[in-house]
Amino acid sequence: MDVRFINPFLNGTVSVLKTMAFVEPKAGKPFLKKDSLARGDVSGIIGLTGAARGSLALSFSEGAILKIVSNMLGEEIKSVNGDIKDAVGEITNMVSGAARKELETLGLNITAAIPTVVAGKDHSISHVLGGPSIIIPFETPHGPFVVDICIGTLAGEGQ
Amino acid sequence: MSVNKNLKILIVDDFATMRKVIRNLLKQGGFENIVEAEDGVAALKVLQSQKVDFIISDWNMPNMSGLELLKAVRGADDLKELPFLMVTAEALKDNVVAAVKAGVSNYIVKPFTAEVLNEKIEKIVKGMAA
Repeated sequence: MDVRFINPFLNGTVSVLKTMAFVEPKAGKPFLKKDSLARGDVSGIIGLTGAARGSLALSFSEGAILKIVSNMLGEEIKSVNGDIKDAVGEITNMVSGAARKELETLGLNITAAIPTVVAGKDHSISHVLGGPSIIIPFETPHGPFVVDICIGTLAGEGQ
Repeated sequence: MSVNKNLKILIVDDFATMRKVIRNLLKQGGFENIVEAEDGVAALKVLQSQKVDFIISDWNMPNMSGLELLKAVRGADDLKELPFLMVTAEALKDNVVAAVKAGVSNYIVKPFTAEVLNEKIEKIVKGMAA
């Protein structure tokens, strides 16, 4: 996968969570993931097409997403309910938008589909290109989450 | 000149949590008279049944997108002057150009703060009154 894709998704994630949920996540070192197992309890997945094709997933631990959505809505949410799933879809949408805006400055015009959300322990993530994917791990005071990206330009899909 | 805080604002977004977030941000700006719709089709039904003073709409929605809603509003004689703020993750230049061509009043790219949202509303309303 082209390393130019990493920073826009990293920056977009930090920007969205800082602005909308007042949470400042700390990014760890990206690594390669070869299986389809989600690294979190709730995942938002969105397909990307255009100058590059693939998919983006955000997988949150329960602790992290409960705090993030509670902050967004201004009310405490204690379990993974419909509001949480709905918010994960919107967060995924916003991260995708922020990243695509940055990628546009690199000459890559990418459009996004409508996100889907999956919840539950040990669920799997099916990337459009099959994988492997790049994981950007993040830490928050309430738990970890990851950005899971599998995207490639048309000349080198999945590379 | 201060903006009338009794404006009836219609929030259109397919994500219920985002409607709630926008509602909370509007309340911080003193706006309490708020109605909601989950997509463009539902928004048109609201507009047919009650008087609305201001629309805040998402772009990406099933059934009818924010851009399609904007075009429908601008094409209706009794609604064409209605202030229309697009609040969206779609920041690509082509999208902004399409919205401007369709007559959007202003545009906010997610993520955004309460200050940005309320400043945009004031700017649009004051611009229309000028």
